[in-house]
Amino acid sequence: MEPIIEFKDFSFKYRAQKEPTLKDINLTINRGEKVLIIGPSGSGKSTLSQCLNGLIPHTYPGKIKGRLTVNGKNPKKAGIFGMSETVGTVLQDTDGQFIGLTVAEDIAFALENDCVEQSKMIQRVYDVADELDIRKLLDHRPNELSGGQKQRVSLAGVMVDDVDILLFDEPLANLDPATGKSTIALIDEIHKTTNKTIIIIEHRLEDVLYKDVDRVVMINDGRITADMTSDELLSSDLLEKAGIREPLYLSACKLAGVKITPDMHPSHIETFDVSGVEDNVQKWFHETAYQPENNSHETILSVKHLSYSYDQAHRVLDDISFDIKEGEMLSIVGRNGAGKSTLSSLICGFMPVDEGEILLEGEDITPLSIRERGEKIGFVMQNSNHMISKSMIFDEVALGLEVRGVPEDEIKERVNETLKICGLYPFRNWPISALSFGQKKRMTIASILVLNPKILILDEPTAGQDFRHYTEIMEFLKMLNRDHHVTIIMITHDMHLMLEYTHRAIVLADGHLLADETPARVLTDEKLTEAAYLKRTSLYDLSLKCHIDDASAFVERFIAEDERERDHG
Amino acid sequence: MAKILSYTKKETWIDALTGVTKLAFFLAWSIVSMITYDTRVLGVMFILSLIIFKISKIEVSQVTSVFKFILFFLILNVLFIFIFSPYQGCSIYHSKTVLFPIAGGYAMTSEQLFYELNIVLKYFTVAPAVLMFILTTHPSEFAASLNRLKIGYTVDYSVSLALRYIPDVQRDYTTIKHAQEARGIEMSKKASLFKRTKRMAAIIFPLIFTSMDRIDVVSTAMELRGFGKKKKRTWYSARPLSRNDYLVLLFLLVFCVGALVITFSNGSRFYNPFH
Repeated sequence: MEPIIEFKDFSFKYRAQKEPTLKDINLTINRGEKVLIIGPSGSGKSTLSQCLNGLIPHTYPGKIKGRLTVNGKNPKKAGIFGMSETVGTVLQDTDGQFIGLTVAEDIAFALENDCVEQSKMIQRVYDVADELDIRKLLDHRPNELSGGQKQRVSLAGVMVDDVDILLFDEPLANLDPATGKSTIALIDEIHKTTNKTIIIIEHRLEDVLYKDVDRVVMINDGRITADMTSDELLSSDLLEKAGIREPLYLSACKLAGVKITPDMHPSHIETFDVSGVEDNVQKWFHETAYQPENNSHETILSVKHLSYSYDQAHRVLDDISFDIKEGEMLSIVGRNGAGKSTLSSLICGFMPVDEGEILLEGEDITPLSIRERGEKIGFVMQNSNHMISKSMIFDEVALGLEVRGVPEDEIKERVNETLKICGLYPFRNWPISALSFGQKKRMTIASILVLNPKILILDEPTAGQDFRHYTEIMEFLKMLNRDHHVTIIMITHDMHLMLEYTHRAIVLADGHLLADETPARVLTDEKLTEAAYLKRTSLYDLSLKCHIDDASAFVERFIAEDERERDHG
Repeated sequence: MAKILSYTKKETWIDALTGVTKLAFFLAWSIVSMITYDTRVLGVMFILSLIIFKISKIEVSQVTSVFKFILFFLILNVLFIFIFSPYQGCSIYHSKTVLFPIAGGYAMTSEQLFYELNIVLKYFTVAPAVLMFILTTHPSEFAASLNRLKIGYTVDYSVSLALRYIPDVQRDYTTIKHAQEARGIEMSKKASLFKRTKRMAAIIFPLIFTSMDRIDVVSTAMELRGFGKKKKRTWYSARPLSRNDYLVLLFLLVFCVGALVITFSNGSRFYNPFH
């Protein structure tokens, strides 16, 4: 085994920071290895990856102590260009990293910069495109591709350079569950066929472990806290300490009182040995009482036979009907382009309805303007930066009231009250730039909440967040829902969110309403998950393995139990 | 809304020309129509512009808003010329044929009318050429063709990336506008101009910040893939000039020389029908 990456007593401190972000890193990665680097947000895992491709210290300056060798080079001396010949980086945001206007040009970008002759370049692009099975897409624009195809194109753009190390920075961040799964399979295939060294940075452990990794390196607070096989890591309590979510089937086993050990092969549900677990799980299932919640409130929002098309050719939404009851917390799911955003845009009035009606408390709201609807239905965008136009927190939250001509005293009172609800009152005079991601999100929610809407629609409220921030945001929304009776609708890709925090899921695929069901039922239905590009929950596989017939009842029980545990600490 | 001023592929021979040819056409056409005031030349160019525009199969809906914008400036321009120098035409053509007096020192003369007609013609010859160039040139080819004119490739790339991001920024703008409208920041014409300008800030600032994020991501991505590594670079989409390209360039040369000869044959840039 020949080491390709070596960190020796390595520390790094960003110029603008007091404390080093990476401390005493000692890590060796061998040629041809596939290593997963996990850690919560702010742990230093991205910093570590930026040391490898030379962005540190060249784009993000700071102070390095110790030694780092990547394929015989020192990134500090070799520079970003020097490192780009060795390390290929696939960035998190696939949309943002496309440079070329066609797929072919985008793949060729690195070759163009290297002054490769046109005929050679075309040959090389064709070869890589064949390798990744995207030859047919060469003339397309990258932006019109599906999520999975985009991943392949960005990978091709990096592999065209024949690098030794492939570095994936949160490859699952913007993908729907099914595409995420195939991306992990693709990375695995590349690893097996090319024998390149692969480094994956992620915090979604269960999804990455869908295929084997040689080793998992965990970083927390700038230090390496684990460097072991995934089986060993999953059998320890290190994940819990770092605030990283373990695979759901293991949480369920632990609830049933089972201790996980490496010889059970807990890394994948397929290999997980349940022989010593089955009895406990079955016993737990039969002993746990479960009462489904019954929402007997009035219908607050009613969508009737809603259709919409941008052009005559095909309908983005086709005859959608559903009711939402007051005080519900529900999710709208489906892959990109399934019609989720169109649906929420129609509800908020961003676009006129083609056919059908939308009733709010029995009244047709289709003739109302965006502004009038905004007082009843609040919309929180995925990207907080899309909503922030002031520099101070108080002013931002007050904006909606100010433009409505609310008297100043009342504005002050309502804003302060809202800030208290959102836990931002102590920061009311702070500049927005000082807030963390989660706080910013809460502030944008506050800026909508101050208008007293009955319904809150959130687009991917937890996108890109690690488990701790996810929990923080979701518990906050749950509190709003429970204590302040706000009906909450969430558009999401995240199946954990859907399972744990919503009681109903509306599943869209190609503009059709596929299902209006409990999330537990949706995620245990093989046909449905496939059609909607979701992923079956691993709890389903666990229940099958343990010979429990009613998988959705098992899932429901687990979620209820898990929630109870969370509520009581 | 989405496709204003962005390239869409069309199956025409104009579309198939290389970026260099289109750029050469665009530059030569603009320069000639700026130099000449010869009504005969401008008239021919105007008719040719219309024909080319027709052949290039650009949809009218793609250009109406830009066209209205140009029209607005044209009217402004023509009016101001008349207000500030009502007898410009007379001094150019050395004669004065009053059609009807207006008020004060103002009177409408046929010379002035004819002079301003030339200005209008200039607008109408340049505008289609500009629009056609933008709408039929693939932005990456645009970069490659600028590069052929020996302009540094970092400049070429910034221009073509800017062109490429037009649709993205438009989309961001709509998203932000909707979200702010839902919060009650109304952009409709009901609000006063001052209020609207002030509220516009509620859209512009988020738009700038998101665009900066975008720039940050793309510049990192470009750097990681070796952009700026060498003094030169090659172009995947570079195309050799085809027979059509040579024909167009030849035509352009002949036409420009001809136009300039006709323009200057009588010693001034103006064609004078009043003698």
